[in-house]
Amino acid sequence: MKDFEKNGILSQKDLVLPTKNHLKKGVVISECIQDIPCNPCVDSCPVSAISMKDINSIPVIDYELCITCGKCVGVCPGLALFLIKTTDEKGYVTLPYEFLPIPIKDQIVDVLDREGKKIGVGVVKKVKKTGKTFIVTVEIEKQQVMDVRNIRIN
Amino acid sequence: MRIIKHPILDFNWEKPISFIFNNKTLNGFSNDTIASALHANNVKTLSKSLRYKRDRGFFCGIGKCSSCLMQVNGIPNVRTCIAPLSKNITVKTQDTFAQLPKISKDLAEEKETISIDVLVVGAGPAGLEASLQAANQGASVLLVDENAHVGGQLVKQTHKFFGSKQERAGIRGIDIAKELDSSIQSLKDHKKITQMLDATVFGFYENIKNKDFTFAVMKRNKYHNKLIEIQCKSVVIAVGAMENMLLFPGNDLPGVYGAGAVQTLMNLYGVKPGNNVVMVGAGNVGLIVSYQLLQAGINVSCVVEAAPHIGGYHVHAAKLRRCGVPIYTSHSIKEVHGTHAVESAEIVKLDKTWKAVHGSEQTIPCDTICLAVGLTPSTRILGQIGVNMVTIPEAGGYVAKHDENMQTSIKHVFVAGDASGIEEASTAMIEGKIAGLHAANSIGYKTSDSEKLHTLFENEISRLRAGPFGEKSRIAKKRMREHIEETV
Repeated sequence: MKDFEKNGILSQKDLVLPTKNHLKKGVVISECIQDIPCNPCVDSCPVSAISMKDINSIPVIDYELCITCGKCVGVCPGLALFLIKTTDEKGYVTLPYEFLPIPIKDQIVDVLDREGKKIGVGVVKKVKKTGKTFIVTVEIEKQQVMDVRNIRIN
Repeated sequence: MRIIKHPILDFNWEKPISFIFNNKTLNGFSNDTIASALHANNVKTLSKSLRYKRDRGFFCGIGKCSSCLMQVNGIPNVRTCIAPLSKNITVKTQDTFAQLPKISKDLAEEKETISIDVLVVGAGPAGLEASLQAANQGASVLLVDENAHVGGQLVKQTHKFFGSKQERAGIRGIDIAKELDSSIQSLKDHKKITQMLDATVFGFYENIKNKDFTFAVMKRNKYHNKLIEIQCKSVVIAVGAMENMLLFPGNDLPGVYGAGAVQTLMNLYGVKPGNNVVMVGAGNVGLIVSYQLLQAGINVSCVVEAAPHIGGYHVHAAKLRRCGVPIYTSHSIKEVHGTHAVESAEIVKLDKTWKAVHGSEQTIPCDTICLAVGLTPSTRILGQIGVNMVTIPEAGGYVAKHDENMQTSIKHVFVAGDASGIEEASTAMIEGKIAGLHAANSIGYKTSDSEKLHTLFENEISRLRAGPFGEKSRIAKKRMREHIEETV
């Protein structure tokens, strides 16, 4: 039995990690790691960067093709897709958010890891609405892009 | 206790209406049930147990468990969790054995008889799809539901559905309910579907003369009952399921609910069940409802799960974990403490043989316990009709044997959705389509594309069940078909 089946928390070894160049370009990371019958992410991608053998397979991301448009982030029923990007100084994570209050641009928020633990603070850079789900981009420390998966507004 | 702001739902808290509860005037809203309005006023004890007069609150919240029976305008045993609230009514907690009213006209109106091609019992995802398919095949359809609204349990599913485009993946259950309702509405306008809400199909009476089926329905109108006799040529039973109870001391305290009951209370009626919840069960229901509790601004202390692993989808568990909610696998609830309401829960670690580890008990302060420990198909009406039943654990218990057309061992009697074996709403919708199609076809209403439709639906449902999470369903349905082949 894998750890995440016991505690609900993924570690990096459960994921297909992007290279440094991919991170610079920006890519979508899939944290959908079980064979569940679901495929709206595949349909949502305008550049066919997400593929699936059949509806019960896990999504496979072509990091070369991904243009980080974020359409899949808003559509994923499992809220399991995240955009990540790094520049020379900073890191950026774009995550789905379904809580109140709605984050505001330039707001300083706590950033949380997969266990809900605060690992720093970030600055909200962009807030986009897809249906009732908000897609929030937060600027964080560069080395935290693979760890930050939630925000908390104080 | 009302939810004022919600990230997904919009509640309208203008125009309250008043009603009387045990000589006190309270306020509720027009879309409330009596029980939801009482909860909003912090009244959680609705009745007393028969023998020991212990406090009872509702458990299921959807009209199945009977612990919410109260006296309304003099009428005893009103199921307050589904009875709509209306202005100026008088609600009373009743003696354990209710008194009959003095005037008989308070109880019921005169009987009426309705003849129809297809009767569909239950207006959830399966029943709605069954009605649409049967009507599109040309049959006249009567759709009956106990609630004052259609949509069944879809109306509280605020999360986006899984599946593919055909199953409306990415759309929230609440919006799927609206879509189905508007399709029904247009067929209603063309007089192909008749809808009867706030009405219970409570009995089957055979009609030997013309081989039609006769069912008795109690239609409620402002808590008055009207008996309606329904004669139909075929019937689809899509009455859903009921949440399972778990045995532990204190499990009858008001504040111990089925997880689905809490979901109904907060997402349909905008009422908070409490402020601090312990969730029992980490299957999809437990995980999803925990997340929705957080969205409603309610704290979830923890999720406990007896199995050594999380049963629901990882993505649902991850959503909760990143909000800081712990999930304790190999843990169970030992006891709930409190005198008239839940005050705390005692949880305990389980060893490899699922036995409690002595000394590992922890007491967690909370005011609400949610049980998400599986569902049992509602099959009483099927049993009464006399179809062959079988116990299949993978289907959730005692279920009607049925073939690939969803027909039971009795010709023209069909079953669909959770009542045919516990699964997901997506598969319930497809089963409904199949059952509705054949309920019409079997009595001579058939369009030229009906075989094509069957193949399409069959392929859709097989695809959804093909993965590792569909294993239980595959086993259940296979066993059901084996059984029906033995009987034929």
